[in-house]
Amino acid sequence: MNAIDLKDNTLRHLRIALVYTIVSVIAFGLVYPFLMTGMAMLIFPRQANGSIVFIGGKPIASALIGQLWTKPQYFHGRPSAAGKGYDPTSTGGTNLAPTSKKLVDTTRQTIAALRKENPDATLPIPMDLVTSSGSGIDPDISPEAAHYQAPRVARARGMTTASVDALIDRHVQPRTFGMFGEPRVNVLELNLALDAQKPRT
Amino acid sequence: MISERRLDRRPKARSLFDRAILSRAVIDAFRKLDPRWQFRNPVMFVCEIGALVTLLFFLRDLRTHGPAGFDFAISVWLWFTVLFANFAEAVAEGRGKAQADFLRRTKSDTKARRVVAGREEVISSTELRKGDVFRVDAGELIAADGDVIAGAATVDESAITGESAPVIREAGGDRSSVTGGTRVLSDSILVQVTANPGEAFLDRMISLVEGAKRQKTPNEIALSILISGLTIIFLIAVATLSPYSIYAHTAQSVTVLIALLVCLIPTTIGGLLSAIGIAGMDRVLQRNVLAMSGRAVEASGDVDTLLLDKTGTITLGNRQATEFLPAPGIRIEDVARAAYLSSLSDETPEGRSIVVLSEQYGAAQGGKPADATFVPFSAYTRMSGVDVPGAAPIRKGAPDSIRTWAREQGAANADVLSAEVDRIARAGGTPLLLAQGGTILGAIQLKDILKPAMQQRFDRLRKMGIRTIMITGDNPLTAATIARESGVDDFLAEATPETKMALIRREQESGRLVAMTGDGTNDAPALAQADVGVAMNSGTQAAKEAANMVDLDSDPTKLIEIVEIGKQLLMTRGALTTFSIANDVAKYFAILPAMFRLAYPEIDALNVMHLSTAQSAILSAVIFNALIIIALIPLALRGVKYRPVGANIVLRDNVLWYGIGGVIVPFIGIKLIDALLTALHLT
Amino acid sequence: MNLFGWAQAVIFLLLVLLVTRPLGAYMARVFEGERTWFQPVFAPLERAFYRLCRIDPATEMSAASYLLATLAFSLIGLVYLYALLRTQKWLPLNPQHFDNLPADSAWNVAVSFMTNTNWQFYSGESTMSYLSQIAGLAWHNFVSAAVGITIAIAVIRGVTRTDRTTVGNFWVDVTRATLYVLLPISIAGCLLLVSQGIPQNFHAYQDVVSIEGFRQTITGGPMASQEVIKELGTNGGGFVNANSASPNENPTPLSNLLEMFLIFCIGAGLTYTYGRYAKDQRQGWALFVAMAILFAAGFTVAYASESAGNPLVHALGVSGGNMEGKECRFGVAASSLFAAVTTDTSCGAVNAMHDSFTPLGGLVPLANMQLGEIVYGGVGTGLYGMILFVVLTVFIAGLMVGRTPEYLGKKIERSHVQYAILAALVLPVFALIPTAISVLVPAGTATLGNAGAHGFSELLYGFTSTTENNGSAFAGLGGNTYFNILMGVVMLCGRFLFLIPAVLLAGSLAGKPRAPVTSGTFQTHSPVFVGLLIGVIIIVGALTFFPADALGPIVEHLQMLHGKSF
Repeated sequence: MNAIDLKDNTLRHLRIALVYTIVSVIAFGLVYPFLMTGMAMLIFPRQANGSIVFIGGKPIASALIGQLWTKPQYFHGRPSAAGKGYDPTSTGGTNLAPTSKKLVDTTRQTIAALRKENPDATLPIPMDLVTSSGSGIDPDISPEAAHYQAPRVARARGMTTASVDALIDRHVQPRTFGMFGEPRVNVLELNLALDAQKPRT
Repeated sequence: MISERRLDRRPKARSLFDRAILSRAVIDAFRKLDPRWQFRNPVMFVCEIGALVTLLFFLRDLRTHGPAGFDFAISVWLWFTVLFANFAEAVAEGRGKAQADFLRRTKSDTKARRVVAGREEVISSTELRKGDVFRVDAGELIAADGDVIAGAATVDESAITGESAPVIREAGGDRSSVTGGTRVLSDSILVQVTANPGEAFLDRMISLVEGAKRQKTPNEIALSILISGLTIIFLIAVATLSPYSIYAHTAQSVTVLIALLVCLIPTTIGGLLSAIGIAGMDRVLQRNVLAMSGRAVEASGDVDTLLLDKTGTITLGNRQATEFLPAPGIRIEDVARAAYLSSLSDETPEGRSIVVLSEQYGAAQGGKPADATFVPFSAYTRMSGVDVPGAAPIRKGAPDSIRTWAREQGAANADVLSAEVDRIARAGGTPLLLAQGGTILGAIQLKDILKPAMQQRFDRLRKMGIRTIMITGDNPLTAATIARESGVDDFLAEATPETKMALIRREQESGRLVAMTGDGTNDAPALAQADVGVAMNSGTQAAKEAANMVDLDSDPTKLIEIVEIGKQLLMTRGALTTFSIANDVAKYFAILPAMFRLAYPEIDALNVMHLSTAQSAILSAVIFNALIIIALIPLALRGVKYRPVGANIVLRDNVLWYGIGGVIVPFIGIKLIDALLTALHLT
Repeated sequence: MNLFGWAQAVIFLLLVLLVTRPLGAYMARVFEGERTWFQPVFAPLERAFYRLCRIDPATEMSAASYLLATLAFSLIGLVYLYALLRTQKWLPLNPQHFDNLPADSAWNVAVSFMTNTNWQFYSGESTMSYLSQIAGLAWHNFVSAAVGITIAIAVIRGVTRTDRTTVGNFWVDVTRATLYVLLPISIAGCLLLVSQGIPQNFHAYQDVVSIEGFRQTITGGPMASQEVIKELGTNGGGFVNANSASPNENPTPLSNLLEMFLIFCIGAGLTYTYGRYAKDQRQGWALFVAMAILFAAGFTVAYASESAGNPLVHALGVSGGNMEGKECRFGVAASSLFAAVTTDTSCGAVNAMHDSFTPLGGLVPLANMQLGEIVYGGVGTGLYGMILFVVLTVFIAGLMVGRTPEYLGKKIERSHVQYAILAALVLPVFALIPTAISVLVPAGTATLGNAGAHGFSELLYGFTSTTENNGSAFAGLGGNTYFNILMGVVMLCGRFLFLIPAVLLAGSLAGKPRAPVTSGTFQTHSPVFVGLLIGVIIIVGALTFFPADALGPIVEHLQMLHGKSF
């Protein structure tokens, strides 16, 4: 390619690129997402709108997104690094290294706090309760983490630990197709089930 | 005279590690330290710079009381690394240089008797120009390359071929070329000069064996690019390690970083690369083949298709009579007698073989007729024979011609034996018919005699992935049979220079590399067209000019050996490259833990060889890196052994030996050196 | 480690294997302009593109011209996105009223998405207007992926063609890649993802008050339509900061499986497409197998290391695998798998925080990138990266069998080695040198999220990821103007200085005759060759990065075993 050809060729391609950008932005940048929104709203309106959970007509949560729980009668989620805790507008993890002193110290404090909150716990402390999730808005805890908290919840609600354990077992989501992911308990779902079983005092 | 000729003979097989060659190589190794020389080889150039810089640091240490001993040891071994590589190259060049020296002595100024307008004048050989004609008599040296234009002579060519048996050179035909510097033993010839002084065969040969104008081959350049690229990568990896170690609060000395760098860059292949190429050319020369370029030797390793002339290569030069087939009602003895008579004066090899065969049937008992007239073969009649007074004329020749002749003589049985004639042709023989007067007596079967052991050779070629095509002037039927019997893969029958050329082009267009041998002037275009063209030294100047190799022994099957040398050349490069790169794994495990042991004591877990101290670990790796070059010189010069077992198996074996082996060997080597250094309290 | 973990990986790879042939064959038909299923639907659209842009689909381009078109399109795309990000405040579809991006940040994002890297120093949920997301970032997700596929097709054509010296028409290839390959899969994938719970709306964020009375802002937006192309195009740029770890982007194990599948499918399919073009499927499968082995090795190390967990935490009396930065619904196995998948390719989406992986678990994604992301690879980039490795391997192997090396019957000569080496230099130069500069300048170490060896790993990971156009991060590394600018440059060089030699290599191979196979030719689909190819990939990668890795993850691993923290 000589110099003149190169220049012509470049200009020609730049011209095409400009028009192509406009055309394809309209097609893939605008038509496509709006088309998909329309279809999603039609077929899966609840999911498309964010799986919002309403109680008495009021939105209290998204079924997908974890929330901060502090009261003893509710199951608590995992430590969160999202904003001030479970902030969906500031998602993320701690990004602390396994050899981070801060990680070790924080974990030590979390363990101490857990022990204090759950004096009756008999089970070993599960890993997920002392580690922050990746998103900071993990809606789930492991079944072990739920069972670990069962004595506290039971005492706070005046229930037997066994009945709380039974409730947990009913709300364990197994591995998908028995294989994918991990067994888990959705904290919101479990807490709503608790409330449904024995209304708050 | 004889002893003098011995002296004149080119030294053929001097050992690679001849003392004279070695001592000269040691001196050359130092001479090659010249940076201008090293610059051609980026890997070793980096190594030399490293050696120089460490030397400067050693000198600084002497003043500042730094770790002078360590810096000195590293510097010395880096210099050794460069020297060892230089030495390898010098040894490879050594044999060629010795031969060049000899050839130069041969090329002494001689007198020539130039013939101008029928008068002879004595001039110096350097005054001869292209087109001049000069006379050479018995006992004289031939003054310049040329073609014999008159006369025939026996010539001693041992000065260039190393063979003491004299050869015949004669005007006309394919044995007309003579080489300057060779000696006429008998008779006298007139020679027309074909090369000006300085461009003669001997001159080219000198520069070839000396490797003075050796150019890197395309493959060598590609490999140089690869290893230079690796060198740059390692340069970056090591240079960035300096800031990284500052971050880790354990700044590294320049000497240590250079030691790591030199260990990582592919010095093994970098140091031996040119030695491999030179040694490859040298091995070709040992087979008495002059390759005009390294490129030609490399290309021969790639040959896919090999064109071989039938006559002289696959079959012995001559066809022989093997059987008489009498026509119905004729006794075989009568056939033999007629064949005997017709061939008595036929001096062709075929004719002689007919006489030999007919004698087995007692044909000689009737004696030789006194006044028979021999009728020689002519292309027009396509038959020969004998006219004996008082008897009907006897003719033998191509079946068609004999039948026509017999019919003219009023034959009744002119159409007999057609089935037999066909059978002979189909079986790869040449059928002749024999007739006396109006009677067809019988058929003579002439057969090609295959050279012994050709089948195995072709098998070997097939395993190497090379297709052989036989070139012959025979008809397709005969050619097919000989092809089948000899085991070649394909044939070109009724070949002409044009069809030969077309065949080469066709093969090349389908992506194949073609090699061929030739000697005649009419082979020249095809030799030039072929990717590898080997001319016989006995052949014409035109053929030798067109070819990219000249076989001084004029052995057409030599190509097989050249192909193997070409393959060995590439294999040796590949094997040592793999080995060189695989070596780096162990060097990392030796040097990195040593570098960072202070900042990160835990990193000693990577010190899998349990080397005693940081300094001895680094020094051991550097020493190993230098010694491995010396250790691999014999392999580089002799070449990796080639076995024709199929490429996949060759690949597997070489990956195992040089790849896996290349990972393991330095672990052992470095550990041993470290143990030795520790035992001798050298660190 | 448990059976479920292994089974997930095996089933996942089987799914990829299952789709390789149909998708690969389909792509071969698409790019050769043959009839396909979607022709009736998209052919009018395709023609409309050509008419509007005045493209003559019948003309083919030389390698140089093809490159010019690539560069022209990339340049316009870069300028466009930069302008959009700098003006989003005044444009529609910005219900959260996000401000314009500052110049350095807009530069970084624009380069990042144009180069298919999707490195993110910003948090999408608090920075990007919906318009920027759909018409800027997601649009780039489509076209930068299409450019990658297109380049791969051009390289494939060059390597396999014997009759022509051209490599195709860039504009036609880009159009076909988007319309026939990316769009249909995106539409189906988007709906599947919505069914799993990913939002797809244009609402403003919605405030809720939890049962315990905490106020929470629920994010939304056109997430699913972007999520699908983010994975399919191996872009990896999350709609939100936590990327696919966020339950909004990746709500269930099933969506997780689908996302990983989307990341691998085109790269795997292209190996089959390659076999089609080479008229020898074994050539394609050889690459597939080499990739599968490297994938399995990476996953195994990551899974083993993450399952073993962090002894520093174990010392506090809690046992189990490493769950820091991981989601409960995925656990250790699916997180390790996703980490391997996203860095085998140039995707860079994450469903767990790599920064908090155990050192060896974190070394796997780092090493995957250091090997060149050739395991299925970025859409297209993986295949042509692999072909460059094949050229180097063929060269060495060819020498070892004593023949001038040839691949698919084409002689590999000086210029080809030169191009391959030039491309191979890109990663060491742009990953190692900027890391070295950064440890020396204050701005380079100011935003490290961790101390000690791990801090070094964050830098090394960042520049490796940006050079390789991956986009995943040891996310403790914070953004600043220095990184915004430098990493922008690194991403540009990483993309184009690699892509240019690859196309030129292909161009110089195009039209060369193919020598017939003899027993003197080694097969480039034999197990020995596949083994050697893997060996070359690992050795070249390991030799380049071993010193750096030794000072990062490797020493950190040893320190962790010794119970040290920083």
